[in-house]
Amino acid sequence: MINTTQPILIRGARIVDPSQGWDRAGDLLIGDGRIVRMAPAIRNGSLPKGCVVVNGAGLVACPGFIDLHVHLREPGYEDHETISTGVQAAARGGFTTLCAMPNTRPAMDNASVVDYVLRRAREANGVRVLPIGCVTKARAGQELAEMWELAQAGAIGFSDDGSPVANPHLMRQALTYARGLDLPVINHPEDPALSRSAPMNEGRISNRLGLAGWPAVAEETMVARDIELAALTGGRLHLAHISTAGSVELVRRAKERGLPVTAEATPHHLTLTEEWVRGHTTEGPVAGPLTYAAYDTSTKVNPPLRTRRDAEALLAGLRDGVIDAIATDHAPHAVTVKLVTFDEAASGIPGLETAFGALMTLTHKGDLPLITLVERMTQGPLKVLGGRGRGLGSLREGSVADVTLLRLDEEWVVRGAEFASKGKQTPLEGVTLKGRVAATIAGGRVVHSQVTGLEASDNT
Amino acid sequence: MAIQTPTTPMHHPNLVDGTRRHILDLDDFSPEEIELVMATTDAMGEVLGREIKKVPTLRGKVIVTLFYEASTRTRVSFEEAGKLLSADVINVSSSGSSVEKGESLLNTVRTLQATGADLIVVRHPHSGAPYFMARNLERTSVINGGDGWHAHPSQALLDLYTIRQHRGSISGAKVVIVGDILHSRVARSNLWGLTAAGAHVVLCAPPTLLPQEFLDGSYREDPDSSGLASVEVTFNVEEAIQDADVVMPLRLQLERQQAGLLPTLREYSKMYQVDERRLKLARPGALVLHPGPMNEGIEISPQVAHGAQSLIEEQVHNGVAVRMALLYLLVANKEGPPSTAQDTPSGELPRRIRFL
Amino acid sequence: MLEPAPLAPQGENSQRQDASPAERQIMSAQDIRRALSRIAHEILERNRGTEGLALVGIRTRGLPMAHRLAARIQEFEGHGVPVGALDIGLYRDDVALHGTPVVHSTQIPIAMEGKNVVLVDDVLFTGRSIRAALDALTDFGRPKTVQLAVLIDRGHRELPIRADYVGKNVPTALHEEIQVRVEEVDGHDEVVILGERS
Repeated sequence: MINTTQPILIRGARIVDPSQGWDRAGDLLIGDGRIVRMAPAIRNGSLPKGCVVVNGAGLVACPGFIDLHVHLREPGYEDHETISTGVQAAARGGFTTLCAMPNTRPAMDNASVVDYVLRRAREANGVRVLPIGCVTKARAGQELAEMWELAQAGAIGFSDDGSPVANPHLMRQALTYARGLDLPVINHPEDPALSRSAPMNEGRISNRLGLAGWPAVAEETMVARDIELAALTGGRLHLAHISTAGSVELVRRAKERGLPVTAEATPHHLTLTEEWVRGHTTEGPVAGPLTYAAYDTSTKVNPPLRTRRDAEALLAGLRDGVIDAIATDHAPHAVTVKLVTFDEAASGIPGLETAFGALMTLTHKGDLPLITLVERMTQGPLKVLGGRGRGLGSLREGSVADVTLLRLDEEWVVRGAEFASKGKQTPLEGVTLKGRVAATIAGGRVVHSQVTGLEASDNT
Repeated sequence: MAIQTPTTPMHHPNLVDGTRRHILDLDDFSPEEIELVMATTDAMGEVLGREIKKVPTLRGKVIVTLFYEASTRTRVSFEEAGKLLSADVINVSSSGSSVEKGESLLNTVRTLQATGADLIVVRHPHSGAPYFMARNLERTSVINGGDGWHAHPSQALLDLYTIRQHRGSISGAKVVIVGDILHSRVARSNLWGLTAAGAHVVLCAPPTLLPQEFLDGSYREDPDSSGLASVEVTFNVEEAIQDADVVMPLRLQLERQQAGLLPTLREYSKMYQVDERRLKLARPGALVLHPGPMNEGIEISPQVAHGAQSLIEEQVHNGVAVRMALLYLLVANKEGPPSTAQDTPSGELPRRIRFL
Repeated sequence: MLEPAPLAPQGENSQRQDASPAERQIMSAQDIRRALSRIAHEILERNRGTEGLALVGIRTRGLPMAHRLAARIQEFEGHGVPVGALDIGLYRDDVALHGTPVVHSTQIPIAMEGKNVVLVDDVLFTGRSIRAALDALTDFGRPKTVQLAVLIDRGHRELPIRADYVGKNVPTALHEEIQVRVEEVDGHDEVVILGERS
C-alpha cells in the first residue's frame, strides 16, 4: 500500500518503545518498509548503500501512533474532510494508522463502501487506513449489517459510532455474531432517551447557560449494559470515548472480572472540561459573568466535555491501564456547521493535529509518564485490533517501519487555519502547546517531516 | 497550557460611561448600571404619561426587532419604545423573511448590520444566540429579548422596577418564584437581578422542573454563581409563599406534561397554583407578578391574576418604559470608544482557571 | 430610589465638579442674590404682574433658580407663580458630543395654553439647550409667549436665540468654562470661570 523508500538511520535519538519496555538513547535503522535494527549504537560501516542519516539529537523516536477512532467523512461529507486531507492531518499528528468510522454517506455497511475507502486511502498515499464496518444496516439500529462480508473486505471491527446500538437485544446479537469473526464491536455508549441529544454536560454550567444537559448517567447505564452483554456473550466489546468517572469505574470492575472489554478516551476529555463551554481564552476557561466567548461551538462534542472530576478519573484510568487506548475521535466539520448557535452546531473536534501536544501537557505536569502515553497510543490500540494489527506499534526488528519523531519541548501555537484537516474549529485555537511531532514515517516512507535532512516523500 | 500574559482586553464596557454595546444578561451588570436603568426608566415613565408621548431622542436611528419565536409583550413593547423615542423600527420575524428560506442567523444579522441597523433586539429559541450575534457584529448593538432557557434581561429589569416602585427597596424582601424554573429564562435573569438587589429568593417547583444543581444543593458551592448561594429551594408552595413579599408564578407549558415531567396540568394546578387561599399565607399586600403570557387556571387563578394585589398590567406598562430606557442608554450615544467583538462585558477582570 | 450623580452636563455649560486650580470667581452669593432679585422685578414689569405667568426651570441648575425667582415674586407680589421642571436630555441634538446624559423626569404642573412662560437656565452659550427646551416645551402645549431668563450670558451663540433677562454678561473665550454653583445642588452659591489664560 505504501511505497517503500531508501533506508533511514536515526542516530542518537531517545528511543521510547513500550513494546520492549525501552526508553533510552539509541540508533534506529529502517529499510524496505521494516525496522531493520534498533540498538544503542549502529556502526557506519554496517549501513546499507544510500542510507539517509538523521541526527536524532533532541528527538524522541517511538512507534507510529495508532488512532482507533477517526471520522474521515468520505464518502458523502467531502466538504468536512476527505480521506486525503484526513491522512495528511494524521501524518502531521504523528499517526501512522487510522481506524475510520463508518458514519459516511452511504454508511460503510457493505463491502463496496469499504473497497471505496481503501482505494481512496491508497490514492492518498499517506498513512494506513483501517475501515470499521457498521453494526447495523445504514446505522439505523434495526438489522445487523453483513458483518462477515465487511470483515472479508477489510473491516477491523464494527460500530454505529455517532449513534449507539440502542436496542439491547440487537447489541447482544452483534456481540455474539462478531465472536465468530473474532472482531470487536465498538459501541458509542449513550442512551439517547436519557441524553436527549443535549448539547453539553448536565450540571451547573448547563444550568447557567440554559442549555439542555447530557447527563453522565446516560453514558454509564449503557456502559453497564454493554459490559453485562459482553459477559453474557463472550463477544469482544470496545467502548468508544468514555468520558465519565462512573464509566471508568465500570470498566475497571469489568476488567477485574476478566471480561473481554477494552476502552478508549479522547485527548479532549482528558485535558478539557465543561468550563470551556462557558467561555475561554487561550489560557483556559474564564469564570465570572458570561462573556461574548460563551457558547463557543468549537467546544461542542459528543460525548460532551465533562467535569474536572471526570477528567481526573479518566487520567487515573489511563495511567493504570483501565483505559487501554487514547483515540482522538477526530471529528472535522466545515465551518458553516460550527458558525451557528450552540444548539444547532455540529458536534466534534478535529483532534489529529493537536492530540500529541495537548496530551504532553499531562506529561509535562508529571501526571502521565511519556512511555505510558506512547503505550496508550501504540500498544494499547493493538489490544483492540488483535490480529489485524500484527507488525504495528513496535520498533522490534522486522516490525512495520511506522516511526514517529517527537520534540517534547517545542512550543507552538495552535492555528486551525493551518491545519491540514478541513476541520478548522478547535477549542485550542491560539493556545500554546509544548510538544510537537517532528516527523512521521509510515511503512518506511516519510509522510511528514520538519527534521533537517529528512525529506518528506513526494506524494505522487 | 503554557502560561501567558492575559490577552483579554482590560476595558469593561458599561452603560454609565456609554461604552456598553450589548445587553445580553444581567450577570455582568454593575449596581451602578442597574441604578442608571431604574432612574432613566423613571424619566421614560414620565414621557409615557404625557399627552404627546413622543420625544425626538433617537431620530434617525434604526432598530430592528428580530424574533424567531412568537411574542406579544416583548416585541410590541420594544417596538413601541423605539417609536416613542422617534427611532425607525423594523420588525423581522422568522416567517416572511429570508429566515424562512433557510438563511443562517449569521448571514441574517450581518445583512441587518449592512443595512445600517443601529440595534437588533433578538428573541431566539436557542440559548446563547445573542452572544453568537454579539461576537459577529462590529457596529450593531444587540439586546437579548429572550434566548432559549437562558436569559431575558429586559423582563428582569422591569420586574425589579415594578417591585421597587411599590416597595421602595428590594433588599430583604422575600420573593417567591413558583413554577417551571428549569425551562425559564425569566427565572434565570431574575435570579441575578433579585439576588444582586438583596432579595431573599425562594424557588418553588416540582423537583422535575428544577435544575439538577438546585435539587442536590450544589449551587451553593458554585464559584461562578456565588450570588445565588442565599437562594432557597422548596417543593412545597404553601411553605414557599408563607410571609412572602412578592409572588411570581411562571407560565407552565403543556409540553412539560408531554415530555413526561408532570403527570397532568390538572395535578400541577392543584399542587402549585397561586390562588387566593395560598396568597393569604403571604404578607398582607404582597405583590403578584407574572411575566406573561398567563395560563389562568393553571399556574395562577383568575381571581389572583386580576385581583387587587396583581401588578401584571403594570408590569406591561413598565415594560415599555424600561425598554425605552435601554434603547436610549444603548443607542443615543453611539460615538463611544470603538469596541471590538472580543470585548468582555464583565464588570471585572475575568478570573482564570487553568486546567491543562 | 437612588439617583446617581449626573455624569454629563445638563446645561450646556455647567461643567465638572472638581475645582480646577485656574478658577476665578466672577459672581459671589450676594451678586447672584441681587441679580435674581432684579430679574424677578424685570419679569413682573414686562408681564405686568403674575397673571398668566409660569416659570419653567431647565434641569439641573435652572430649576433651583426658577424656584428662587418664584420665591422673590411671591415676596414682591404676595402671590406665587407655578414652577415647572424641564429635562431636555431626550431633546438634545448633541448627545454624542456630551456622552449619554442621565435623564430625569419633566414636571409641568399646569397647562401651557395661553401662558406667558419664562424658561430659566443657568448659562446661555451656544443656544442648543434652549432650542431643545423649546422643542420639549412645545410637546406640552402652546404657550402665548416664551421668554428666557439666564444668570450668565457668555456669548458664542450658534442659533438665533437671545435672552430676555440676563443676570450678567460675561465675555469669554471658547476654551474657557463657566461654572454656576447653586446651594441646592452644589452646597453653595457662586459663579466661576475656568481655563483662563494668564
